[in-house]
Amino acid sequence: MMHWIAGNVWLIPAVPFAASLLILFVTGPNRKPAASLAIAGQVAAFALSIAAFVATLQTPGFRAFHNFTWFTFGTQSLRIGFVLDPLAAAMFVMITLVGLCIFVFSIGYMRADKNFTRFFAYLSFFTAAMLGVVIANSLLLLFVCWELVGLASYLLIGFWIERPSAAAAAKKAFITTRIGDLGFFIGILWLYGKSGTLLFYDGGRGCIENAALVSLGASATFIALLIFCGAVGKSGQFPLHVWLPDAMEGPTPVSALIHAATMVAAGVFLLARVYPLFSFGAINGVTPSLTVVVSIGVITAVMAALIALAQFDIKRILAYSTVSQLGLMMVSLGVGGVAAGIMHLIAHGFFKALLFLGAGSVIHGLHHEQDIRKMGGLRFAMPITFIAYAVGLMNLSGVPFFFSGGWTKEEILRNTAHWHASQVPHYLMLAGVILTALYMTRQFIYVFLGSRHLASVQAHESPKVMTRPLIVLAACSILLVAVLTPAWPWFHNYLNGERARFNIGLLIQPMIFISLALVAAGFAIGWFVYRNVDEIDPLEHAQPWLFRLLENKFWLDELYDHTVLALARTAARFADWMDRYVWDGFVRLAGGLGQLFGIFTKGFDENAINAGGDELTNRTRGFGRVMSARHSGQIQTYLGVIAIGMLALLLIYAWLT
Amino acid sequence: MTPTLQLFLIISAALFCVGLLAALSRRHAIFILIGIEIMLAAAGLNFIAFWRFAPPPHQPTGVMVAIFAIAIAAAEAAVGLALVIAVYRNYRTTNVDELDQLKG
Amino acid sequence: MAYLITLLIIVPLLGALFVASARGNAARGVALFFNLLTATIALVLWRDFDTTAAGMQFVQRHVWIPSIGAEYLVGIDGLSLLLVLLTSLIFPFALFAQRMDRGFCALMLIMQSALYGTFTAQNFILWFLFYEMSLIPAFLLIKIWGGENRDRAATKFFLYTFLGSVAMLLSFLGIYFVRGTFDFAELANAGKTGLLHGNIAWFAFAGIFIGLAVKVPLFPFHTWLPDAYENAPTGAAMVLTGVLSKMGVYGFIRLLLPLFPNEIRIVGPWLLALAVCSIVFASLAAWAQSDLKRMVAYLSINHLGYCMLGLFAITTTSAASTIDTHAALSGVFMQIFNHGVTAAALFYYVGLLEERRGLRGINNFGGLMQRAPLLCGWMSVAIFSSLGLPGLNGFIGEFLIFKGSFAVAASFTAIAVLGLLFTAIVFMRMMQSLFSGPLAESCGAFPDLLMSEKLVIVPITLLMFAIGIVPQFIFNIFNSTVVQMARLFA
Repeated sequence: MMHWIAGNVWLIPAVPFAASLLILFVTGPNRKPAASLAIAGQVAAFALSIAAFVATLQTPGFRAFHNFTWFTFGTQSLRIGFVLDPLAAAMFVMITLVGLCIFVFSIGYMRADKNFTRFFAYLSFFTAAMLGVVIANSLLLLFVCWELVGLASYLLIGFWIERPSAAAAAKKAFITTRIGDLGFFIGILWLYGKSGTLLFYDGGRGCIENAALVSLGASATFIALLIFCGAVGKSGQFPLHVWLPDAMEGPTPVSALIHAATMVAAGVFLLARVYPLFSFGAINGVTPSLTVVVSIGVITAVMAALIALAQFDIKRILAYSTVSQLGLMMVSLGVGGVAAGIMHLIAHGFFKALLFLGAGSVIHGLHHEQDIRKMGGLRFAMPITFIAYAVGLMNLSGVPFFFSGGWTKEEILRNTAHWHASQVPHYLMLAGVILTALYMTRQFIYVFLGSRHLASVQAHESPKVMTRPLIVLAACSILLVAVLTPAWPWFHNYLNGERARFNIGLLIQPMIFISLALVAAGFAIGWFVYRNVDEIDPLEHAQPWLFRLLENKFWLDELYDHTVLALARTAARFADWMDRYVWDGFVRLAGGLGQLFGIFTKGFDENAINAGGDELTNRTRGFGRVMSARHSGQIQTYLGVIAIGMLALLLIYAWLT
Repeated sequence: MTPTLQLFLIISAALFCVGLLAALSRRHAIFILIGIEIMLAAAGLNFIAFWRFAPPPHQPTGVMVAIFAIAIAAAEAAVGLALVIAVYRNYRTTNVDELDQLKG
Repeated sequence: MAYLITLLIIVPLLGALFVASARGNAARGVALFFNLLTATIALVLWRDFDTTAAGMQFVQRHVWIPSIGAEYLVGIDGLSLLLVLLTSLIFPFALFAQRMDRGFCALMLIMQSALYGTFTAQNFILWFLFYEMSLIPAFLLIKIWGGENRDRAATKFFLYTFLGSVAMLLSFLGIYFVRGTFDFAELANAGKTGLLHGNIAWFAFAGIFIGLAVKVPLFPFHTWLPDAYENAPTGAAMVLTGVLSKMGVYGFIRLLLPLFPNEIRIVGPWLLALAVCSIVFASLAAWAQSDLKRMVAYLSINHLGYCMLGLFAITTTSAASTIDTHAALSGVFMQIFNHGVTAAALFYYVGLLEERRGLRGINNFGGLMQRAPLLCGWMSVAIFSSLGLPGLNGFIGEFLIFKGSFAVAASFTAIAVLGLLFTAIVFMRMMQSLFSGPLAESCGAFPDLLMSEKLVIVPITLLMFAIGIVPQFIFNIFNSTVVQMARLFA
């Protein structure tokens, strides 16, 4: 069994993919078989993931890969492969479990939708593509699945296709991520050209194994940064984060999937997968490429947390919190805490899915109302959602001890504190903790506390099919704590391929108090500021200008629209104009010159050659006319002329002789 | 005065001139025909004269030509008169000034 | 079996005769029957083709006009076979696209015969004969059955390409006077040591280059193409973009690159710049179009630009490594085939849309997904294939081309990658305004795919998936040819 799964790890993405195809082409519009198929596929994938996970437990640092030739061109062959290692196994379990919860939730959430079956087909395809990213042992296969993830997100964000805003958001997501993918693609080309292989692990010859890294030399930095471009696009890092909040146009389960299990996790996963490229030649854990990763992460984390303070859409707040948390993960990877980053990614997967599904439950209960100003007092109307959401909030804010998010965040903070290049990221991340607690408190007060507002009067708790997944996710996010604490850092060591030792003395680190204090401060400020909220946000009241800036996301969308996009559109119009008037102009000029020459030769023909012939005949005819006029018909004239002629002849004859 | 070739030629030339003048000056077609006949006669006289004064031996060539010319003149007169009559029937005139249908 | 190629050339001509004498509504059936025959012959060729052997196979050689070095010499290698298969695939597809009268079908068959000839002839005179022979039916197809500006477009198309051909013919006469042969293989062997010397070499190079660049078309010789494709009837547009445009690329591979390796090395960077301009400007110009056919036409230029990029990159330097040369050449061959299939499919879909709506402006549609989900779904596959989504056929060729050219011409390739982005933008914009949003009133009675249309679409789409996922069966056709050509260019 253990070895079987290591060799057949491709089944994990294949099962949901097959489910997706079956739903699209076989089950037709029948709802029940579609949903059952999708969920069965997900359950099977989850079971296989568990098997794969168990297989990786055999030995620390377990790694099994299986490479094969995709195709042969000329005499060369392009090889791709699958890999099973702790990183992949952890991702499998998280993706399939979170995915399963979201699938089940969707049955309730999408009940009334007319394209119910297609939704499940897309969802299955989405998880399949993401699982493909995880199993890839080749940067090319990873890129292939990476693009398929992009396609799936395009289909799902634009699922309510009759809404123009959804279609626009889907387009924006696809194109924005593709901008990053261009860099990623060039990075792949460069890496392939330099190392001659795209396999990650190939018994010492893989592109992230030592021999290849040495041959890369200085270009490793550039390749790493180009690959990072892809991660920036997919994981919504500054400056390509603009698509992620707009992606909220999709149905809420999709948002949950994108933000927790699939799409955005891909970027962080990618960095973890090719981490040797980034860390190669590190001095004290600092390389230029990692410094860039940290900088981007810090900017993203702080900026997104600030923006989240001034949003009113329940999902948008969560979207910006995702952007912020992803920035945090990037920082963690950048300062060397790969395991911490991945742990936060996994923990975040659970609690962000929980939060999004909680938000979905709220939206469902309020008949698709998403404005938090119209909510309020839902703690009584939706008790299960309320508790689940509170658990998610604690996780996200980083409350230690009972919540997995707290422990992983604490570990990241410890890592940033020990970074050799600079302490600025550390302090900014500490500020980020306060901000996170602050905006989550604000949202929580708006939605669940306070008094009932317009839309929330008729609110009702969601059906069990929607609340059960919430409970499961909440339980997971709490139970995960067991393997995260410094006392028994099993997960950390598992990812790093070490054996874990239990030591209760390490449980309490100084950082946890700082963390606790900051979270408490965030909650306190939040409570103090927002306890009596109404239509007008307190921040808006106090600092209208600042609030406007944050509400409009630093006007980045507008900035892009008026700079990059405007430039590109102008370039497009310019290219068209050049084509119509310059390049085609040359053609027409050549054609015109040809015609001009034609006109000239025609003129020469008519005025010189033709006219000459005409003149000759005209003259001949005129002469004939003159001559014929002499012929009067008078016989005697003729006779006389004959006589004169004869006389003349005689005279000539006489003169000659 | 002995008849010499010179004399005959002068008479013949005079006769030709008379005929030519008649053919050129008269307007009536029949007179023109008469003028032509006179010119023919002048030519015949020339032939006879040259035959008579030619050195021997005398071949009958000149006489033969003269006889031919007379015969042809007769035939020509007949044809000419017939033409005149035909023209008269068509145009009701024999005045050659009015007969200009042959012009180009 | 040597007569198979000749049979392949003659059968469509016979078909044209039969079609011309058939009754009007039976014409398409007869034409399709003859396409069945050619497809069978092409498949037999594929079956009997020895994929391990380098060089020409099924060679047939007869004396034709010895005094000018003209021979009847036909044969196929992997590249020719690939193009013969593509031709056999696209023509029936194009005939299915529209119900047309017998004149149309007969002209299509004549063009098919000319294309088979072009892709198999190995002597310049014969090749040129077929090359020009394809032009006349194309001209007539546009001129008689075309859109509103058909006269202008047809004349422009004909004159422009014909002028290029004349330049090429003159160049070849020059080569013949020096070398005394029109045989491709002999000329290619002579090319290694310099076919011609002095100024005449440059004149000959320029003549052939312009002739082929117009045909491909390569920026800035491309302006006939949008007009011609826009005005051509759907079936003809599919053939024009699917097969006819490959004649230019084929000419580059078969003639220009082997014959003038030294000249290309000198002007290489300029040629690369032209290829990059093709890629970037054509995709940008496509963005600015509102007519669907014009948009797809510009993207066609963009996709052929990738082929040119790959070819110029590996020939511009002698230092290209084996793997890069093999990658780029394989990529170009792959792209030739894939673009043929995908672009023809896109024109087919645009034709369907135009047939249903009567118009083909990008703003004349809206919300089609609600009325015609199948049409939108299948069309999306072709769109994603065209924008190079992995898993579909377009990606394989583009990846290999970029892989091969990046090692040699990194900066040019890096700029060319922008083309991928702009293509994505164009298609996203197209899909947004066609498929999504509220259903446009004018599309209220928009029928979804009919059964007959599905029968055409499904095999083509499956082929796209097949090439995208298990491309080896296509690579097998030309792998040994790639090796041989790589040796020729090295």
